[in-house]
Amino acid sequence: MRLLLRGARVVDPASGVDGARDILVEGGRIADVGVSIAPGEAAATAVVELGPSLVVCPGLVDMHVHLREPGHEHKETVITGAAAAVAGGFTAVACMPNTSPVNDSASVTRFILKQAAEANLARVYPIGAVSKGSEGKELAEMADMRLAGCVAFSDDGRPVATALLMRRALEYAGMLGVPVIDHCEDRTLVGEGVMHEGLHASQLGLRGIPSAAEEVAVHRDIVLAGLTGGHAHIAHLSAAGSLGAVRAAKARGIRVTCEVTPHHFTLTDERLLAPLMYDTNLKMNPPLREASDRDALLEGIRDGTVDAIVTDHAPHHADDKSVEFDRAAFGIVGLETAVSLGLDRLVHSGLIGLGRFVELYSAGPARLLGVAGGRLGVGDPADITILAPDLPVTVSAAAFRSKSRNTPFDAWTLRGGVAATIVGGKPLYVNPDVVQVGGLGRA
Amino acid sequence: MSDTATRLRGKDLLGIAGLTAEEITLILDTAEAMKEVSARPIKKVPALRGKTVINLFYEPSTRTRTSFEVAEKRLSADTLSIAIASSSVVKGETLIDTALNLEAMNPDIVVMRHASSGACHLLARTCQAGIVNAGDGMHEHPTQALLDAFTIRERKGRLKGLKVAITGDLLHSRVFRSNAYLLTTMGAEVWACGPPTLMPAGIARLGVRPTTRVEEAVEGADAVMMLRIQLERMQGGFFPSLREYFQVFGMTPARVRLAKPDAIIMHPGPMNRGVEIESEVADGPASVILDQVANGVAVRMAVLYLLAGGSDDETAA
Repeated sequence: MRLLLRGARVVDPASGVDGARDILVEGGRIADVGVSIAPGEAAATAVVELGPSLVVCPGLVDMHVHLREPGHEHKETVITGAAAAVAGGFTAVACMPNTSPVNDSASVTRFILKQAAEANLARVYPIGAVSKGSEGKELAEMADMRLAGCVAFSDDGRPVATALLMRRALEYAGMLGVPVIDHCEDRTLVGEGVMHEGLHASQLGLRGIPSAAEEVAVHRDIVLAGLTGGHAHIAHLSAAGSLGAVRAAKARGIRVTCEVTPHHFTLTDERLLAPLMYDTNLKMNPPLREASDRDALLEGIRDGTVDAIVTDHAPHHADDKSVEFDRAAFGIVGLETAVSLGLDRLVHSGLIGLGRFVELYSAGPARLLGVAGGRLGVGDPADITILAPDLPVTVSAAAFRSKSRNTPFDAWTLRGGVAATIVGGKPLYVNPDVVQVGGLGRA
Repeated sequence: MSDTATRLRGKDLLGIAGLTAEEITLILDTAEAMKEVSARPIKKVPALRGKTVINLFYEPSTRTRTSFEVAEKRLSADTLSIAIASSSVVKGETLIDTALNLEAMNPDIVVMRHASSGACHLLARTCQAGIVNAGDGMHEHPTQALLDAFTIRERKGRLKGLKVAITGDLLHSRVFRSNAYLLTTMGAEVWACGPPTLMPAGIARLGVRPTTRVEEAVEGADAVMMLRIQLERMQGGFFPSLREYFQVFGMTPARVRLAKPDAIIMHPGPMNRGVEIESEVADGPASVILDQVANGVAVRMAVLYLLAGGSDDETAA
């Protein structure tokens, strides 16, 4: 079966393409990209006329999600997480190892990949633990996990505990050609903090997490990346000072990269005061920071300092959120809102063009992880996301594919959404609100 | 909004931050009438007859809980108190479940103290009953600030233009936050003094004048208010020792002499004599610490009356 997508704007910065193109998919791969492709034997080709209002781009890649399986299946499973991914326009996700047990061995890695194969939805790339049990003491069997399919290493949820462990992890992961992803925080400065330290934490009487807690750790990792030549990737960067440090380090040629979440480029800590005071769906780590931090992140997104947008999709059961603020779990879901937030807040605001959007949501993270995708070249896997950049979208948490509903964006109206998600040539998500992709449902 | 408020806008009193100057004045004026009730031989009015008030205390409290109970009884409310040890909290029930169970009994007012900031807001979103915050974590303690303001106004005749010094653990204090909001809203000048390790981030943007020099805070003050220093703060490394704290920040007679000659000395209690305040100051002629306790009943009667009594009822006094 062949699939021909016609007449859309194709945005594929990795191939230097931005314009009206037709794309032919055959055998799960891109067979041709051209200004005008004839369907050929009509009976054997499904032709979908997308038209110029839709954008075809390489499948989006979220390099930072929590799928909770094994161990916390009441929050999310690999299957529900992968379903949320395709509904959100992501053809691939990389899942963090803080499951129970921790993904610190090839057997857990293989279990996750088996669940992903059964789901047969978005591609799932496990990220292995840096240390055994993510306890920050001994290195986990990184080479064995790499062979089993891990694409990076991280103790996410916790920082890589000591400078010595980070040094060794960078050296060892360097041998394997993969990055160490660090959740940067100095735990002594975090203390029992539950939100950003500043005026609003003082007003709310909540314990603060200073930006310095992140910045101290980012500076440490930059120094160690310089020492070892390893690749340090800063997870969910939130503070202006951290961003400045990464920008300066990159200018010096140090192998450091970073990612930013949609909630950090959209919201600030002031939101905790109104409209809903103490909303636990605004509790995450790192916390929402100040407007000056948010503006710095936006500038980093624009100028290239930021390498990837990630969701840090962190599903939690309502029971873990319907409690006092300081007792509530950290984290929010993000897979099904990330595209709309990015299109609305980054593209329609005029900050960046669609080319840079695709770089941040697809090509950048695919390159960082060294996985297929991020490009629509002939012979590449047909992982394709079709965007409807002008579609009005009203977020409905109740309709999420994810098992969890912990989002602060419920009922938000945003401009731009996902029209369809194609993985390996198969349309796995087709948005019923976009008529042009109706034909995909029958493909 | 007119210059004179006749009722509170919300069903709850969660903090001072949401109140206007007119609402604060209304509560203080109402408390004056309530104070007169406490001076009668029969200290009871029927204002809340038939109303049910539940006191839900998740943190130990003697002073505040007793004060609320006395206030409720003097207003003829049916009242009961639930303390943490006798509640189902120890069985692990969530706050929302507790709230829903209480709600099923249809109380008119729930007075709550809780160790988590914002716990009262969670309760207020769950319950139809009016919620009175009797202290939530490090956030607010609105009735304490109201009784402090009542006490100052009683002695000074006004709040506007006064200099009030607040010294102590500003970071962890809900009393500080409520007082800062209330006194600045009413036009007082508030000086906040303590070690820099115990000052909240962005403190100047709360409208107060921060200083680490206690002499500067106290100089020319009309009222000097100490906050309790808790021993565990010292163990948390916020300052080196209680001895040094007293040396640098303790309220001594010499420091009090820097204030106005008629300045009043205040403390929300319980006091640590010899830590934040010297006994000679606490027990001296300028001390209004026990007036604060007495006024607490009147202010809480006023709050309960305004929230549950309604403006249609006959006034209590």
